[in-house]
Amino acid sequence: MAEQNTQITAIRIQNVTKSFGTKVVANKDVTMDIYRGEILSLLGENGSGKTTLMNMLAGIYFPDSGEIFVNGKPVSIRSPYDAHALGIGMIHQHFKLVDVFTAAENVVLGLKEEGKFNLAAAGKRIKEICDAYGFDIHPEQKVYDMTVSQKQTLEIVKALYRGAEILILDEPTAVLTPQEADKLFSVLRNMKAAGKTVIIITHKLQEVLAISDRVAILRKGEFVGAVPTSEATELSLTEMMVGKKVELNIERPDPVDPTLRLQVRNLSCHNHEGLPVLQNVNFDIYGGEIFGIAGISGCGQKELLEAIAGLQRVDENSEIIYDAPDGKRESLIGKSPKKIKEMGVSLSFVPEDRLGMGLVGSMGMVGNMLLKDYRRGHTPLTETKPSKELAEEVREELEVVTPSLNTPVRRLSGGNVQKVLVGREIAAAPAVLLTAYAVRGLDINTSYTIYHLLNEQKKKGVAVVYVGEDLDVLLALSDKILVLCGGKVSGLVDARTTTKEEIGYLMTNLPEEVHTDAKPEEAAKEDGQQ
Amino acid sequence: MIIWIQKAISFAAFIMLAALGELLSERSGSLNLGTPGTLCVGASVGFITAFNYCKSVETPNMFELLVLILLSSFAAGAIMGIIFAFFTVSLRINQNVVGLVMTILGTGLAEFLSVYFIESTTGNVRCDPAYYLFTAKIPFLSDKLGIVSDLLFNYGFMFYVTIVLAVVMMLFLNRTRAGLNLRSVGENPGTADAAGISVSKYRYLAAGIGSGISGLAGIYCVLEFKSGAWATSDIITIEAFGWLAVALVIFAMWKPLNLLWGSFVFGICYWAYLYLPNLLGVKMSDDLTRMLPYIITIVVLIVVSLRKKKENLGPEALGLSYFREER
Amino acid sequence: MSKTKEVKAKEPLFHIVARDVMHPGASFGIRVAAFVVALLLSALFVWVTVKVDLITFLKTMFRGAFGMDKVFEAEGFENAWTALLSSYMWATLKAAAKLLIIAVALGPAFKMRFWNVGAEGQVIIGAMAAAFVMYHYSTMPGPLLLLVMLVVSILAGGIWGLIPAFFKTKLNTNETLFTLMMNYIAMKIADYFYNLWRGAKSALGMINQTSRAGWLRSLWSGKDAAWFRNEDLWFMIIVLVFTVLMFFYLKSTKQGYEIAVVGESHNTARYAGISVTKVMLRTMAISGAICGICGFLLVSSQSHTINSAMAGGFGFTAIIVAWLSKFNSFTMIGTSVLIVALQNGSMLMANTYSDRGFSPSAADVIVAIMLLMVIGCEFFIKYRVMFKHSAKEAKA
Repeated sequence: MAEQNTQITAIRIQNVTKSFGTKVVANKDVTMDIYRGEILSLLGENGSGKTTLMNMLAGIYFPDSGEIFVNGKPVSIRSPYDAHALGIGMIHQHFKLVDVFTAAENVVLGLKEEGKFNLAAAGKRIKEICDAYGFDIHPEQKVYDMTVSQKQTLEIVKALYRGAEILILDEPTAVLTPQEADKLFSVLRNMKAAGKTVIIITHKLQEVLAISDRVAILRKGEFVGAVPTSEATELSLTEMMVGKKVELNIERPDPVDPTLRLQVRNLSCHNHEGLPVLQNVNFDIYGGEIFGIAGISGCGQKELLEAIAGLQRVDENSEIIYDAPDGKRESLIGKSPKKIKEMGVSLSFVPEDRLGMGLVGSMGMVGNMLLKDYRRGHTPLTETKPSKELAEEVREELEVVTPSLNTPVRRLSGGNVQKVLVGREIAAAPAVLLTAYAVRGLDINTSYTIYHLLNEQKKKGVAVVYVGEDLDVLLALSDKILVLCGGKVSGLVDARTTTKEEIGYLMTNLPEEVHTDAKPEEAAKEDGQQ
Repeated sequence: MIIWIQKAISFAAFIMLAALGELLSERSGSLNLGTPGTLCVGASVGFITAFNYCKSVETPNMFELLVLILLSSFAAGAIMGIIFAFFTVSLRINQNVVGLVMTILGTGLAEFLSVYFIESTTGNVRCDPAYYLFTAKIPFLSDKLGIVSDLLFNYGFMFYVTIVLAVVMMLFLNRTRAGLNLRSVGENPGTADAAGISVSKYRYLAAGIGSGISGLAGIYCVLEFKSGAWATSDIITIEAFGWLAVALVIFAMWKPLNLLWGSFVFGICYWAYLYLPNLLGVKMSDDLTRMLPYIITIVVLIVVSLRKKKENLGPEALGLSYFREER
Repeated sequence: MSKTKEVKAKEPLFHIVARDVMHPGASFGIRVAAFVVALLLSALFVWVTVKVDLITFLKTMFRGAFGMDKVFEAEGFENAWTALLSSYMWATLKAAAKLLIIAVALGPAFKMRFWNVGAEGQVIIGAMAAAFVMYHYSTMPGPLLLLVMLVVSILAGGIWGLIPAFFKTKLNTNETLFTLMMNYIAMKIADYFYNLWRGAKSALGMINQTSRAGWLRSLWSGKDAAWFRNEDLWFMIIVLVFTVLMFFYLKSTKQGYEIAVVGESHNTARYAGISVTKVMLRTMAISGAICGICGFLLVSSQSHTINSAMAGGFGFTAIIVAWLSKFNSFTMIGTSVLIVALQNGSMLMANTYSDRGFSPSAADVIVAIMLLMVIGCEFFIKYRVMFKHSAKEAKA
């Protein structure tokens, strides 16, 4: 495929840098070419800057420095409208569609065409586009009646209708079933055949190999290189994507006397659209160990933790059994967080969405320390004194920088917000500590503080679950690593012996046979409590 | 029975006109609770204009009078709408709060202006030329067709204007590019913005023009429904009609053509106490029948949220300010 | 092929960014400034229409709002008290109390981000329930009658608040529209009973005019001091008690805490094990119940009768008060007094200059101008307007 390319440069990105705030550099001095008529995969881990880079082509962001050339001419793309004018269309992960409008209405929305407004004519053109590429949407169909896949198709039609020659798709298969993904790929091939340039942002290796002509790899905001797909293997791509192993100076004490704390059996659940997000997940967590969970984002990590915490409805036959240190066994299925707490299960949870779920942004540290304990005491009044003391303690021990204990936590920096949250959850003296992306967006120092805190908990015999995205950290911190891929377990490895490549491979590949260590007979005994 | 229907229709017409204005504004995402006030201002300004014009000339030129009345009412309403838009769109203040203040302003202003410019604080003031103008019936059609005349051609020109406007509004919203843009702003301003549509522009225009239409409804109410008599004590009644118009928009599920029969239902309810008892031979309170429009509006509200059919739930961004996040 | 056209960057003249939180002093300053601008604007309006100069305007406004004619000149407490009762100050305090209790009732609902615009109806239905008991069971012993009136008012107001909340939690019905409609249903019910009880009379008049059954003052005997028997005073005291209670309810109780969390984020509430549905229903029941109590107080201590206008639009004005006060009960005291003071001050303006073409409605206009300014200034507290500098235009 690649050799047929005439290799005319459609877009050239030259020395482009983009940063957010002062700390986060999303793209650093990226220089790369995109050829006309090719399907290019932009590969990289989460947070490697793929989407930011493409957003600069689509007019969402503007580069801090560097230049963009389209068809050899330097351009300045300041709005999506500018991007359209240059023939660039981007399909974002969050669709920009009006639900109550028909497909045709959505397509023509905002177009400044000359002449009479004629939806029927637009509908005809849409039909033509659909026929040409094999799309299965009808111009009269309402968006709210569409499947996710159809909505995505509609976004593509929208871009094509606007005369897009270069199409950027941001993780298009993340929301699709395998069958739908296959269909999308055949559509993309049709588009390539029609001379369009297609860029897909992805981190799924199989897709890269299946569809693209060339792969460009980004790592930590920097351009690593581009190779023709024909010359790439999953292994070589993984290596480029994850890079060489970086030695981190994170301590890893050996687990002391690990005891079974949490058993998860046949855990399955579905999202709002009815798509499965977790399928038959099985594992055991022991007290005194750090249980790492790796996976591309959106592979069910969030649902997994929320299911344990009592915030996610799970399918029938799922089992989560808590083994208390005193030997009592309790099923957590179908219990609300309040119920779980009342049962005496000391479960702490540091959710991914810190201000939207873990904390109350408008309240100060004291108010937030109260969040899980506000029911304390027998009077109708809240007891703020212990919370005030706790807030003081957390501020001191974790060095939280805040003007006062009553300053709304929303106004604190990301690192301090996380310290408040982690501080509160640890102070509850949990038996199980669930953490989701505990160090996301934090600077190195704060990150190490968090690692240290987790290790402290581990030494106390707490079962710590660490969902992370940085493989180096996962490898250095965890005792075991569970790898999720598309809502299924693709592997459970020993963090001390495994390699980064192995995990990278598992993250993107589901083994033929998912081996589990489920013990259905044993688990079934606990069923009665539901 | 026929009188009942006639009365219901003539009541329906100006409520519908007011509702059309509110509907336009709501389709752009602005829940304008200032509409009752706007109605009053439109009525007051329109009447003042007519009254003073008739006083200033010997024989009023009917065409000039008409233009003056319509223009002044519309402009007065539109200004109310633009003030509303300034506070809710540009300053992003909560729509409910601004709307309620606008209703205080509108009712106050209506009375103040009328006292100030007509110089009579009590009793009815009439402006007969304007009244004749608004109640003039179509010759032939209005008396030669028997029951058809009685039911369909027994109203002033505004009745027909209102119906045409409802159809035009439907066509505008569904068949034009601007209408599509306007609806997108009311449904999903983020998407509209991304598509290059100016959310502010559409919301300003919709509130301005919509309130202008509501202003027209105010003068229509005075000159036809109130038989051309104006008294400051009527303002409270007109305000109540304004709230009924807000209810009607919901009842019509935000669709212009539904207003046609929706307003008729409201009209029937409004007059039911006069005619229904005779027909059924029971005693009935006007207060309870006049409660019906609100009750059926609530029922509609519940039923549409039960059915969860998205078109009927009203514009998705209704009542919400739009603020593009900048990073 | 795509057209490669030079895209000219159009930078807007200014752009608007959300502020974190403004310094309390600065935000207070902005509000005061807005108030001053509003006063000047109103003065201008007055000057243009009735040619009254600024000083006279301010003096008249102040007198109409807080005037205490003959109170200090009066000899002895009894006389001063009598003078106070007929002073402008007293009228302002009385009306402010009425506005305040409704705003206080709305506080928890708004804090929960539930747009209850149905206070007017909740007050009226509460008043209606009280009046119903008062009308039909006037032979009950005084204290018991009042107690029953209170209970039915609470129930009526609470139910009136619960209905929209129920549909909100079950079907996610738009609560603004729902509560709005509920107002008019309540008003029509009041109209209905008004006309029913009025019978052939031209007006209903006070209920139990002679027996005074169900009147708050029936609780006290003639032996008590005059000030002690004053129903207005008790009305104000009760309102203040509720204000203080509500402040601590929101600030220091578990339920108040739950309201704050639900208002901030439903997800956080779930995370903390708070049932959003339960909190929403309970809070709206409380909000409606306090409105109901307000209705009870109006009937038992103020009007002693019922009509659909008895809330006087305060149910709507209270929304503005609650919003401006950021749901803080104590701030509401000041805000209510201020708004009523404006209303009464303007009313005196209107009455004084009615011969120059001013009508009582001019008061509404002045109040509306003031409110628009004060509301509008919130924008400058929440956002910062930044003008673009050419520096940003520098070539990328």
